[in-house]
Amino acid sequence: MFSRGLLKNDLGGRVIFYLLAAAAILVPLCNLVVPETSVFYLSSYTVTLVGKYLTYALLALALDLVWGYCGILSLGHGAFFALGGYSMGMYLMRQIGERGVYGHPVLPDFMVFLNWKELPWYWYGFDQFWFAMLMVVLVPTLLAFVFGWLAFRSRVTGVYLAIITQALTYALMLAFFLNEMGFGGNNGLTDFKDILGFNIQSDATRVVIFVLSCAALAAGYLACRYIVESKLGRVVLAVRDAEDRTRFIGYRVERFKLWIFVFSAALASIAGALYVPQVGIINPGEFAPLNSIEVVIWVAVGGRGTLYGAIAGAFLVNYSKTFLTGSLPEIWLFALGGMFVLSTVFLPKGLVGLFSKAGKEDG
Amino acid sequence: MSKLLGSRLDRMPDSIEAGVDTRHGQVLYLENINVSFDGFQALKDLNLYIEEGELRCIIGPNGAGKTTMMDVITGKTRPDTGTVFFGQLIDLLKMDEPSIAQAGICRKFQKPTVFEYQTVFNNLELSMRTNKNVWSTLFASLSGEQLDLIDEILETIGLVGQRKSLAGSLSHGQKQWLEIGMLLMQQPKLLLVDEPVAGMTHQETERTAELLLALEGKHSVVVVEHDMEFVRSISRKVTVLHEGSVLVEGTMDQIQNDRRVAEVYLGTLC
Repeated sequence: MFSRGLLKNDLGGRVIFYLLAAAAILVPLCNLVVPETSVFYLSSYTVTLVGKYLTYALLALALDLVWGYCGILSLGHGAFFALGGYSMGMYLMRQIGERGVYGHPVLPDFMVFLNWKELPWYWYGFDQFWFAMLMVVLVPTLLAFVFGWLAFRSRVTGVYLAIITQALTYALMLAFFLNEMGFGGNNGLTDFKDILGFNIQSDATRVVIFVLSCAALAAGYLACRYIVESKLGRVVLAVRDAEDRTRFIGYRVERFKLWIFVFSAALASIAGALYVPQVGIINPGEFAPLNSIEVVIWVAVGGRGTLYGAIAGAFLVNYSKTFLTGSLPEIWLFALGGMFVLSTVFLPKGLVGLFSKAGKEDG
Repeated sequence: MSKLLGSRLDRMPDSIEAGVDTRHGQVLYLENINVSFDGFQALKDLNLYIEEGELRCIIGPNGAGKTTMMDVITGKTRPDTGTVFFGQLIDLLKMDEPSIAQAGICRKFQKPTVFEYQTVFNNLELSMRTNKNVWSTLFASLSGEQLDLIDEILETIGLVGQRKSLAGSLSHGQKQWLEIGMLLMQQPKLLLVDEPVAGMTHQETERTAELLLALEGKHSVVVVEHDMEFVRSISRKVTVLHEGSVLVEGTMDQIQNDRRVAEVYLGTLC
């Protein structure tokens, strides 16, 4: 099997795969088949929560590809995630139709509220699922392409690049806050009713989206693993470690960076598109610079440049976040900062580095 | 060591041979090059010609413009005035670093620069002369012939045993050889080698001299070096740079007996 060969030397990847396969089989069973009184019953809340983590893990994977392997520290990957989310959100808004509070057949509620008479041109087509899915890939890809083309061609690297990616997501956040932009302003897009005709609140739909998230993460992982194992993967490693040398042996460094950045943006966007139907809302807060920085922390804590480390980090940090913001909300940010500092100082290879070190000592 | 370079490296792809027109015997023309940085004149009316297959050493005191000259040839620095031609027809000033490298000019940096987190084998594989655009790199796989070439270069640079070691774990001298091997993988017409023996032991220096001498005739090689003994051991023709232009050109004996050279450079050493 294709994935078998690709993961032959990738123990972490195999573990992730077995866990994803187990989750994709057991979670639907425990949610839909097992009776609510059983100890094995999983609530819909848990399904959605884990589903949300899965999309975060895909986002972390995308960041690890550009940061861990190519050395591009993007502090704006949340922007691509949010753009994917908005594309999905726009589709879901158009599906509401007359069931909105104002009952307008075409215009979403917030447009009626703003006294808009017509649908803005950029909302056309979003009533079609295929079109929305196309936009999920196309919009961030285009943005990443233009942004990356300008930045990498001018040889902006390191901390300067990090700062402008941060500026990018901040600028988008401010823009999406504006009511005139036509994306629901401050409130964003919410009150979704159904997706492809299925009730978005029903357990069955949630479970299907959960399984799709598992599949997307697995496929994303395989694609990333294929890339980093290919010669292209070795070229981007070379770019990370000695950019000039790479250029002087004849590689157009900026094109390699652009390619990997655009691919990563598309992955992040797909993650965003899966995130929105599970949480039921998308608003400009998703563009907040802090969100993008958090993604960097997930990857750093898990272990960058390993791919599976990013996934582990995303789960671990987000589980801690859910747990701490629930029980001790005031210490969450300290804990987050602490995790980042501790992993940077004591675990430069992240938590997965700890395991591979232990494994080596055993062997 | 030298016999190994014979076979496969001679079979260069036709494209480079066709691309560089050296009918007049010269592989590189630098004419009236001026470069200044913030008022400092790094290169002043520099004229330099490199013949096909020759091994040329360039010496000169610090600040004479040796590294700047290499930067100009490889596209890293654009001169204020002047022309740089590779063969009769290729205008290097119109090209960027990757295209100059692909045209057949390769450069070894002063500080050994290899991909430390990759194996010696992968370092060579990455440097190989082949299609280097993004998509073909994504789907690239090594042919048997390419594997043989890598093995041959490994043997040439004496790193067969380190094939699977990380480049970062090599000694300083081994890194220098690996970098020379990386240049050879590109089957270049012209090699620019910046201080190849800096920091090497006596034996390592001797091996490096052997390695470079073996390239003579097949590639044009330009070596910038401070180590006079090393220069004497490898070079037929030496160019002395001083304050950004050529002071003297000739054999090592001529150079050492030249009064002007003694004043600016060798004099300070004696």
